[in-house]
Amino acid sequence: MSMDVAPRLDIDVLLDDPETRIVVCCGSGGVGKTTTAAALGVRAAERGRKVVVLTIDPARRLAQSMGIDALDNIPRRVEGIGGDGGELHAMMLDMKRTFDEFVEAHADPERARAILANPFYQSLSAGFAGTQEYMAMEKLGQLRARDEWDLIIVDTPPSRSALDFLDAPKRLGSFLDGKFIKVLMAPAKVGGRAGMKFLNVGVSMMTGTVSKVLGGQLMRDVQTFAAAMDTMFGGFRTRAEATYRLLQAPGTAFLVVAAPERDALREAAYFVERLAADQMPLAGLVLNRVHGSGAEQLSAERALAAAEILSLAIDPADPDDAPANADYPPANAAEGSDPAKNRPGTENLADCGFVDPPSGNAQARNPSAADPDVSPTSADTSAERLAAGLLRLHAERMQVLGREQRTHDRFTALHPEVPVAQVAALPGDVHDLAGLRAIGERLAVPLERTKRAAG
Amino acid sequence: MSRLHVVSGKGGTGKTTVAAALALALAADGRRTLLVEVEGRQGIAQLFETEPLPYEERKIATTPGGGEVHALAIDPEFALLDYLHMFYKLGSAGRALKKLGAIDFATTIAPGLRDVLLTGKACEAVRRKGKDGRFVYDSVVMDAPPTGRITRFLNVNDEVAGLARTGPIHNQAQAVMRVLKSPQTAVHMVTLLEEMPVQETADGIAELRADGLPTGGVIINMVRPAILDHEAVEVAANGQRAAVAKALSQAGLGGARRGGMAERLVDPLLEQAREHAERVALERAQRAELTGLGLPLHELELLTDGIDLAGLYRLATDLRKQWPT
Repeated sequence: MSMDVAPRLDIDVLLDDPETRIVVCCGSGGVGKTTTAAALGVRAAERGRKVVVLTIDPARRLAQSMGIDALDNIPRRVEGIGGDGGELHAMMLDMKRTFDEFVEAHADPERARAILANPFYQSLSAGFAGTQEYMAMEKLGQLRARDEWDLIIVDTPPSRSALDFLDAPKRLGSFLDGKFIKVLMAPAKVGGRAGMKFLNVGVSMMTGTVSKVLGGQLMRDVQTFAAAMDTMFGGFRTRAEATYRLLQAPGTAFLVVAAPERDALREAAYFVERLAADQMPLAGLVLNRVHGSGAEQLSAERALAAAEILSLAIDPADPDDAPANADYPPANAAEGSDPAKNRPGTENLADCGFVDPPSGNAQARNPSAADPDVSPTSADTSAERLAAGLLRLHAERMQVLGREQRTHDRFTALHPEVPVAQVAALPGDVHDLAGLRAIGERLAVPLERTKRAAG
Repeated sequence: MSRLHVVSGKGGTGKTTVAAALALALAADGRRTLLVEVEGRQGIAQLFETEPLPYEERKIATTPGGGEVHALAIDPEFALLDYLHMFYKLGSAGRALKKLGAIDFATTIAPGLRDVLLTGKACEAVRRKGKDGRFVYDSVVMDAPPTGRITRFLNVNDEVAGLARTGPIHNQAQAVMRVLKSPQTAVHMVTLLEEMPVQETADGIAELRADGLPTGGVIINMVRPAILDHEAVEVAANGQRAAVAKALSQAGLGGARRGGMAERLVDPLLEQAREHAERVALERAQRAELTGLGLPLHELELLTDGIDLAGLYRLATDLRKQWPT
C-alpha cells in the first residue's frame, strides 16, 4: 500500500495562478480548516494577491488576530499583511444578516418587511439546519460578483455532515419550492393536479393533521410566510443553481483539509469522492499537524530498549522508578514487536475485562502520572535520566509518526491521484498573524525540508 | 444523581469516544445504560465495530459485572413518525405526510422542531419504566452536537416558543425542558489541553450556565504524560550534551564522539524535547484555566495506537475510577 506516492500539492502554484479565483476549504470539524483558510489568505496576500477570506465560525482569538471580531458581514482590511500590491481582507459570515439582505434584495419593501417580521422566518434564518451553508455560498456568490478581489478563500461551516454545504442550496430551494408549502398555501389546488391524485383523499385531513400537530398558530405563520416568500422562490432556485455552477467552474479549487487521524481521513476520502461525483474541481488534500522527527533512523523499539538500559543503570533495584515507565512496555519491546501491543493493560485486558477499581490496577494508570508535578524535573537531571527521558519522548514521537503514516497510506491507496500538502505540526496553538504566516510557510514548503529544518 | 448525561465538546476532541466510554463506565455493577447518537454519523457503530445502528435500541456491549450498554441512533424522521404514532395514532397519515415532504419540512427545515424530537426521544428513554416500575435504563448517555451548538440544541424551549406558542409541540418542548433543566441531567464537556478547545469549553459552560442548563464535568481527553520540562531540557542542552551523548552511547546507540551516531542523536532528540516542554508548559496553563471553571475535571490518557474496543474499555475503566458515585 505504501508503494503509492501521492503527488505533492504545490500551494504556491495554486495561490499564484491568476486563474485561481476561489479556494474552498472543506473537511470535518477540528482539523484546522479555519486556520488553513486564514493562513492561505495571509500567504496569498504576501505573494501579491488581493485576497478576501470568508470565515464561518472562527475561534475568537484567531478572528481577533485578523481584526474581525465584529460579526458584521463586511470584509475588512487586515493591517500589516501584503506586499507586491497584495492585500488581505477578512470577514466573518453573519448568516441572519445575509439572509435578511437576500430578502430585501428580492422582494418589494412591504413584502420584505412582512417576511422579516414573520416568526417562522426568524427561526429559519437563524437556525435552519442548512441556512449557514446556504448563506455561506450566497455570500461567496456576492463577493465573486463584486469582483473587488482576485482571490476569495472560503472556510466551510462545521456541518453535521461535512458535505452539507453542497446540498444546502438544493435543500433550501426544494423546501421553499416544495409540494408541502404549496399544500399549506392552497390545499384545494393541489388535489386536482395530475400525478397528485393519490393525495386527494388525504389532503384536507392532512392539513387538519398538520395543524393539529404543529398548532394552529404555527400553521398560520408558515402559511403567511410561504405566501410572502412565493415571489422569491424563483430567486432562490436561480441563485442556488448559479452558486453551484460557480463552484464547478474553472477558477474554483477545492482543498480538502484533514488531520492524519483515522476519522478525519475517512471523512476526507468520502469528501474527495463526493466532490468528484458533483464534478467539483479538487486541487488536493491539506494534511495538517503532521509530525516529523530529526532522528527517524532510531526506531521506537530501539529507543525504548535503550531507555530501559539507562533506567536500570540509574537504579537497578527499581527499574520502574521513573513515572513515565508506566506508559511504556518493559524491555522485551526490544524484540521487535509492536510497542503498542505490549502496553501494560492492553494485553491482559481480555482476562480481566472491565473491572472494579480495587482490583483493576493492572490496567489502570494513575491519572496523576500525567501530572507535571511528579515528572522528572531539574532536581533530577543526571545525564542518564535526561537521556532516558529524551529516548522515551522519541519513542512516543516515532509511534505517532508510524500511526500517521499508516492512516495517510490508507488514504493514498484509495486516492493515489489526489495531490497532498503536508503541514508540519506546530508545538503550540496559532492565534496571531505570525502563527498564520508560519502555517502558510509550512503549507508551501515540502514536509521533508521543514522536518530537516526543525531537526 | 444525574441520569441523562449529555456529552459535548469541540469537534476533534473525541466526544463520541468519551460518550461511549462513559456509557460503558456507567454500566458497571450490572447496570444498564443507553447510548444515543443524534447526528446521524454512525460513530457509535464504528467504535463498537458493529453494523450501522438502525432506529432501534439494541444491545451493543456487556460489562463483566453483568451490565449492558444499549445503543440507539436517533433519526429525526423516524422520531417524528414515532411521535405521531405515539401521540396521534397516525400510522398511514404519517407516511402520507412523508410523501408530501412534510417530514423533511419538520425535521430538516425547522431546527427547533428537529431538536425537540431528538432530545424528546432521549428524555423519553430517561423516564421510561418497565413493568416492574423500575427505570428501564439506569442512565442515558447522549453523544450530543459540538460545543458551539449545544446550548441552542438543548434549549429547545426557546427555539420552539417562537414557533409554536401553544399546541402539542409546545407542550412536548416544555416536558423535555423540564427534564433537561433538572438535576436529572448533566452536560459534560470534552476537551483537549489546547487553547481553542479549552476556550470553547469555557464559552460553552458560560452559555449553559446563562441558560440555566445543568453542567456536569469536564473530561480532558488524550492527555499525554509529561516526561521532561523546560528546565530539564535546558540543563541537558547546556553543559550536559557530552554526558547525554555518552549515556546514549552506553545504552547501545553508537559512538558518543563527534560524528558518532549517539552524538548525532543529541540535537534532534533535544529539539523534540523542547517541543515537548513547550507543550507541557502550554498544557499546564490550559489545565489551570479549566480548574478555574469550578467543575469536576476528569482525565483520560491518549491511547497512542488509536481507539479500538480494548482501548475503549480501558478508557471506561479509567473514567469509572474518577467518576463520582
